[in-house]
Amino acid sequence: MTVKFVTSHPMDKYLRTERLPHIWCPGCGVGSVFDAFLHAVDSLGIDPNKLYIVSGIGCTGRAAGYAKFDSFHTTHGRPIPFAVGLKQVRPDLHVVVMSGDGDLFSIGGNHFVHAARRNNDILVVAMNNFTYGMTGGQVAPTTPTGTRATTSPYGNLEHHLNLPYFAAACGATYVARWSSLHVRRLKDSFEEALQRKGFRFIEAIGPCPTAWGRINAVREGIDMMRYLRDNTEIRDFEDPKNVGFRWGEKIIVGKFKDEEKPTFEESMAELREKLRRGLK
Amino acid sequence: MLKAGFHYLSGNIAIAEGAIAAGCRFFGGYPITPSSEIAEHLSRRLPQVGGTYIQMEDEIGSIVAVIGASWGGAKSMTATSGPGLSLMMENLGLAVMTETPLVIVDVQRGGPSTGLPTLVGQGDVMQAKWGSHGPYEIIAISPESPQECFDLMIRAFNLSEEYRVPVLVLTDEVLSHLYEKVKIPPASKIKLVKRKYMKSPKDFDKQLKKWDLVPPMPPTGEGFAYHMTGLTHDARGYPNVSEEMQELLVRRLNDKIRLNADKIVDIDEFMMDDAECVLVGFGSVSRSIKEAAIRLRNEGKKVGVARLRTIWPFATKYFDELADKVRKIFVAEVNYGQVFLEVERAVHGKVPVELFEKMGGMIHRPHEIVEKVQEAYA
Repeated sequence: MTVKFVTSHPMDKYLRTERLPHIWCPGCGVGSVFDAFLHAVDSLGIDPNKLYIVSGIGCTGRAAGYAKFDSFHTTHGRPIPFAVGLKQVRPDLHVVVMSGDGDLFSIGGNHFVHAARRNNDILVVAMNNFTYGMTGGQVAPTTPTGTRATTSPYGNLEHHLNLPYFAAACGATYVARWSSLHVRRLKDSFEEALQRKGFRFIEAIGPCPTAWGRINAVREGIDMMRYLRDNTEIRDFEDPKNVGFRWGEKIIVGKFKDEEKPTFEESMAELREKLRRGLK
Repeated sequence: MLKAGFHYLSGNIAIAEGAIAAGCRFFGGYPITPSSEIAEHLSRRLPQVGGTYIQMEDEIGSIVAVIGASWGGAKSMTATSGPGLSLMMENLGLAVMTETPLVIVDVQRGGPSTGLPTLVGQGDVMQAKWGSHGPYEIIAISPESPQECFDLMIRAFNLSEEYRVPVLVLTDEVLSHLYEKVKIPPASKIKLVKRKYMKSPKDFDKQLKKWDLVPPMPPTGEGFAYHMTGLTHDARGYPNVSEEMQELLVRRLNDKIRLNADKIVDIDEFMMDDAECVLVGFGSVSRSIKEAAIRLRNEGKKVGVARLRTIWPFATKYFDELADKVRKIFVAEVNYGQVFLEVERAVHGKVPVELFEKMGGMIHRPHEIVEKVQEAYA
């Protein structure tokens, strides 16, 4: 019997293969989410030269370094303002922010609020693993209340954030939540969002066995996948107000919002055109 | 841009018009006294010339949006004051590390903290150079009049493109609200530096073999699939967190400014031919210094002025040589001694250097400087 090692991946054409192996741990969810995104790009046939990935600091933040598109790895919490600035001068690009929950909602929270409010034309993908994985599993604004982290050794005393509700309230036009278990639906959602305009937000819940699962009785990646299998329910267009969850209870996933309104970039282009024609 | 000819402009408006003349087409900023007129003016002007004004949620967002727009290919800037500059410091480091051309205007006010929002200070000199962590070099220039606000904005953008480095324009509250006649040259007379771009993705291999002191930038959206990061990285932009790469990258980031210091440094000399005693200053204070020098000359004292049009990189060689020729140097600045420390370092103890400090709120009055110099002569 000969053992055949698979040395390629269907998405290799979108990967900086010379940068592999990646830093993500066995059982981590980032890879599946990243893979679903690349499949969406592939099936839409988006020109890879016109796709720009921006990420912040953290495990998910490294995604920009593996994707073979123009990509920028900013400081912690700042991928959104970079993407906003870039999009103003490059309307020809699909600008995608891919980062983690700590990066986007703690240190970068203010940027999220205002880019969503302005309806800046960017897609924000939040990989939510409930913790700061790269720094060793400290408590995050997304760590489920009562669960443990290296800085909440007695259980998290804080209330955690309901990300879709937050995004919808800030004005995001497209809001969905899936998990690294729901890779097909996640891919479909990426496809849909990449074809929309405005501030689009997709949360992808995934395991961090190394930092979070290990101390919360979901030791292996597979344990978290089983948890997600048994405890998620798809409810499209559920009011995002109702999709908050407690650890141990049901997690509602689905597409919660899909609307249209003028983007900041469209309004700015319109203003320029008016001024060019001498109108006020 | 403004019609060629004479205009009556404040320092802040001259800054904004200078930016437009320099080709700036993106401004991301957050309101802060005493810089707000720059944002207000550009919010009206930029859409007229096909550009974008965007009011960001804070100064951190502002500088990062400017970095994003610059990588997108637009000449980009922000304007702020001390508290805002403090917030920008981490990402000033990102701009240095990723070699992003951009301009930050800092209209200095009295500090620390909220300090004197509506009154002058000059306390951001050291912050501009040392405020972000790690060893780095930036360029900081300092106009003394609305005319120079216009002219030096063009130089600021040119330097930032030439050296791929953030350039700070340090003005101050007095200058920002000072109205004077400004001569705007015809657009054809304004020399602009064009950004150097890579021509093909193969240029990455060339850079990996031999890294240029100022490497060309990969263009966005042209199939280069570039990567850039604030991590220590190689010429391809890929992270390489090692002592060796740190040495290679960070030494080059510093050297591209250090080795070109002679080309960047710009000193405005006033009545320096036979000067024994030299008054040093920058920004709006230079106006009082020059007036004081004239009065002291009228008393027969051989006083000259060396005014810093560039602050960083510091004019170390200039002051070292000057110290061989003069007997005393005075530094007048609206802080407790920042440029003073640099002058002291540069003269290597060859001549005494004295500081005329002011904590802020008002620039030195000419007679105060005259009296200080007279005391020294007595």
